[in-house]
Amino acid sequence: MREPLLEIDNLSVTFRRRRSVTRAVDGVSYSVAPGEIVGVVGESGSGKSVTVLALMGLLPDRGVEVTGQVRYNGRDLLSLGDSEMAKLRGREIAMVFQDPISSLNPVVPIGVQVSEVLLAHTKTTRKAAMAESVDLLRRCGIPDPDRRLKEYPHQLSGGMRQRALIAMALACKPKLLICDEPTTALDVTIQAQVLELLKELVTDSGTAMIMITHDLGVVAGLCDQVNVMYSGRIVEAAPRGELFAHPRHRYTHGLLASIPRLDLPRGDPLHPIPGTPRDTVAWAKACAFAPRCMHATDDCVRPDLPLQPLPDSPPDHPVRCVHPAEA
Amino acid sequence: MSADEPHRSRTDDQWGDDDLPVIPDIAVATSVGLIERPPLLAEAMGDDGVHEEGTSLWKGAFQRLVRNPSAIIGAVIVAGFVLIAVFAPVLAPYEPAGSQWISQITPSTLPPFSPEHPLGLDPFGSDLLTQLIFGARQSLIIGVVSTVLGLIGGAILGGLAGAFGGWVDVLVMRLVDILLSIPSLLLAVSVAAVMGRQPLAIMVAIAAAQVPIFARLLRGSMLSESRKDYVLASWSLGLRRRTITMGHVLPNSLGPVLVQATLSLATAIIEVAALSYLGLGDPDPAVAEWGRMLVKAQERLQSAPHLTLFPGICIAVTALGFTLLGEALREALDPKSRR
Amino acid sequence: MLRFAVRRILLLVPVLFGLSVLLFLWLRALPGDPARALLGEKATPEAIARINAQYGFDQPILQQYLTYVGQLVRGDFGSSPRTGEPVVETFLLRFPATIELALAALLFAVVIGIPLGYLAAKRAGGMIDTLTVSASLAGVVVPVFVLAYLLKVVFAVGLPGWEWLAVLPSSGRQSVTIDATHVTNFYVLDGLLTGELDAAWDAILHLILPAIALGSIPLAIIVRMTRASVLDVLHEDYVRTARAKGLPSGLVSRRHVLRNALLPVTTTIGLQTGALLAGAVLTESVFAINGIGSYLFEAISNLDFAVLQGFIVFIALVYALVNLVVDLLYGLIDPRLRTR
Repeated sequence: MREPLLEIDNLSVTFRRRRSVTRAVDGVSYSVAPGEIVGVVGESGSGKSVTVLALMGLLPDRGVEVTGQVRYNGRDLLSLGDSEMAKLRGREIAMVFQDPISSLNPVVPIGVQVSEVLLAHTKTTRKAAMAESVDLLRRCGIPDPDRRLKEYPHQLSGGMRQRALIAMALACKPKLLICDEPTTALDVTIQAQVLELLKELVTDSGTAMIMITHDLGVVAGLCDQVNVMYSGRIVEAAPRGELFAHPRHRYTHGLLASIPRLDLPRGDPLHPIPGTPRDTVAWAKACAFAPRCMHATDDCVRPDLPLQPLPDSPPDHPVRCVHPAEA
Repeated sequence: MSADEPHRSRTDDQWGDDDLPVIPDIAVATSVGLIERPPLLAEAMGDDGVHEEGTSLWKGAFQRLVRNPSAIIGAVIVAGFVLIAVFAPVLAPYEPAGSQWISQITPSTLPPFSPEHPLGLDPFGSDLLTQLIFGARQSLIIGVVSTVLGLIGGAILGGLAGAFGGWVDVLVMRLVDILLSIPSLLLAVSVAAVMGRQPLAIMVAIAAAQVPIFARLLRGSMLSESRKDYVLASWSLGLRRRTITMGHVLPNSLGPVLVQATLSLATAIIEVAALSYLGLGDPDPAVAEWGRMLVKAQERLQSAPHLTLFPGICIAVTALGFTLLGEALREALDPKSRR
Repeated sequence: MLRFAVRRILLLVPVLFGLSVLLFLWLRALPGDPARALLGEKATPEAIARINAQYGFDQPILQQYLTYVGQLVRGDFGSSPRTGEPVVETFLLRFPATIELALAALLFAVVIGIPLGYLAAKRAGGMIDTLTVSASLAGVVVPVFVLAYLLKVVFAVGLPGWEWLAVLPSSGRQSVTIDATHVTNFYVLDGLLTGELDAAWDAILHLILPAIALGSIPLAIIVRMTRASVLDVLHEDYVRTARAKGLPSGLVSRRHVLRNALLPVTTTIGLQTGALLAGAVLTESVFAINGIGSYLFEAISNLDFAVLQGFIVFIALVYALVNLVVDLLYGLIDPRLRTR
């Protein structure tokens, strides 16, 4: 096992508002090694995005409490000041966001938005930065990059915008790339192209990657290691092959079972997970998934279920479940 | 009405801050009732479970309103103002505009404050406190009448445009645009000039300035409501036009109108003063009206600044009350506004 | 962009036409005989008939309107029966004073309003924010002329015991002791053009109080608009992207927050034109400034049709032009509008 590049250790994020306290992330730990692609899977609201926003220091200052540790190359990111963190963002750790149109500034040309990353982190001239931006856009598969540089986000197609965002993220050759549902807002055909591009760019440069998604297909095609999150906690973690071959947590199991399959007869019923993420219970009282779980019993009502390998699973496959599925 | 409103339940509040979007649930929302939950689990869920009932727009708005300190301040000021206006004859120590003590007034001096006249006399020999109390009454009447007139005018224009659409809409809204391009004070001035110096003139003048605002508001909210999915759904269910308009579109346009009416009361109270200053107010100089009192006090600004200060404070505080209340209402009625 | 501009300009035509009809009918419906108002109660019927004939008051209303529009198209707003001077000439003569005042007020409102609104939004909920929001409310609820009087008494005339505060001139546009050359009738500009810097400085001193009084409402509105708009933009995804790129916070503020947040503020500033011109009526009369506002003030008290009517058409024109400029400016800042 290589020395991890990034180590998230017992990270918790609590939102405090006038009258409500919400723990969006509740003691999450995982790590990423150089060159590794780690997938984080979960429904919206499971805390997968908040985890990475917290480690990037991108959550609002007010009403948010972040505890735990995030070690990057031995430094604790959470203890860094805002300007130190700013020096790291974009240069060492970069991020690609979900919705390319709202993530790009509508009144600033693409070229400026790409080259400003270079200007902020490297000693270069405006002209050189622009030239490098052309190169970046071309490498990210944007045709006619010289012309595109002068255009505005609304003049580009959805796929092109996402490519431009990726170009910005990769501009300073970061050691870690975090992708927050980079393909959710795109057409299916474009999704595949963008994923292919990301895979290519990462394997070429040995960049580590965290891929946040709710799409198991993305995970299957891309990731080395997978963490499944539910209601702020990791409920199952395993290498990709192991997870898809032997999903143990009832939630993971349900996610896989709910994917329509072409190889089954047409009349075969679909198997959705019943209920919505609203039907929940605090981890401090019981398994948060239990209210939606077909296999829940009163045994599931126990505080703070541990995330641990099962007797019949390999040590790198911990599960947080009282009644796991058969191996 | 609660059936039309999206439920504001747990998921809306799951995030701590606005910049974390609430993404629609990806899980299929099959009925939870199908799962038989073990008793201990059901108990553990307790109040962590879903609050299915949700809250209606108005109930939720009210709850947000009472939590907002500026709404409370505004409401207290408005309530105090209305009470004083209504019970002026009981509260005031003397008859208004009596000029009973005119003999004590000289062009350069006023008698000092005394127990009989805690705020002294005005330049016309009436008790200042009495004048201020009755001034509240005058402001309330002018404010309410002009707002109601403006609302009626705006409702007719906006309703026409919103209900018929097409060329009626174009024509009416062009007219409204023209009216809006004239500054409200000048619009009021023109009306007051046309009608001459009579009490009703001020109200109509101020109302005239409100008409285009209300018209635009009503048309806008009618149009935007009638494009919403639930109205489409009502159409597809075969409801009649009148049922839809009265049952869905109108009630949902009421919120913004209520907000604008509250704010326009504040405007009215300030504009009365401006009209008085321009010499278009009530012709009787002794009448108890704050704007009028303010204007008449200018001559004695240096020797008796309190004559300007008191009515000025009355105007500002009352206008502040209505403004605070109106803006708090706007915030409370806007489901998106959670700041 | 050019087509966009042309379209916007053509849209003005029907608005101005409708306005002229509306106003004409409205003002002609005024009670009170203008000829009598002009000549006084003791005027002879012959004299009244002569004035009516001279100004066309005796003709059919349609005829009067056609004549009026004909004049309008030629840029002729008619003459004031009271002074006998052509309305347009008086406007042009007095306009510089009003523009100078309005610009000074706007400058005051923008220079203070935008930074204050930005600061309040950045620290939303904090001390500065609370103070700013309260002060901006106060700015809206205090009548303009009351504020003007208060400023005048405290900073120009002097309250007993506080005379040391009264350091500014109380009325007019320039001290009588200054013998300035007037080229454009914009006194500040004139002073700078002719090199008479003391005259320019004197004119600036005269502008301070009226500009503050007139600018108070636009200031309050700009502060609130900027605050709301910056708050909105701060929550936008692209601001998060900019921060995720590790840009220095100053650059994030300038390029990504302000550039977007100022778009709606620009529109708001344009919409203040009408309010500024109307407010000038009150401010100019308090500070005895010989501008369009005080001209209108006199016209209102004398029921001077031609002036009232001309003024409103004029204001509508200015208002429409300013908003046209704002629209075009908007097109320049926001590329989405330009390429549509």
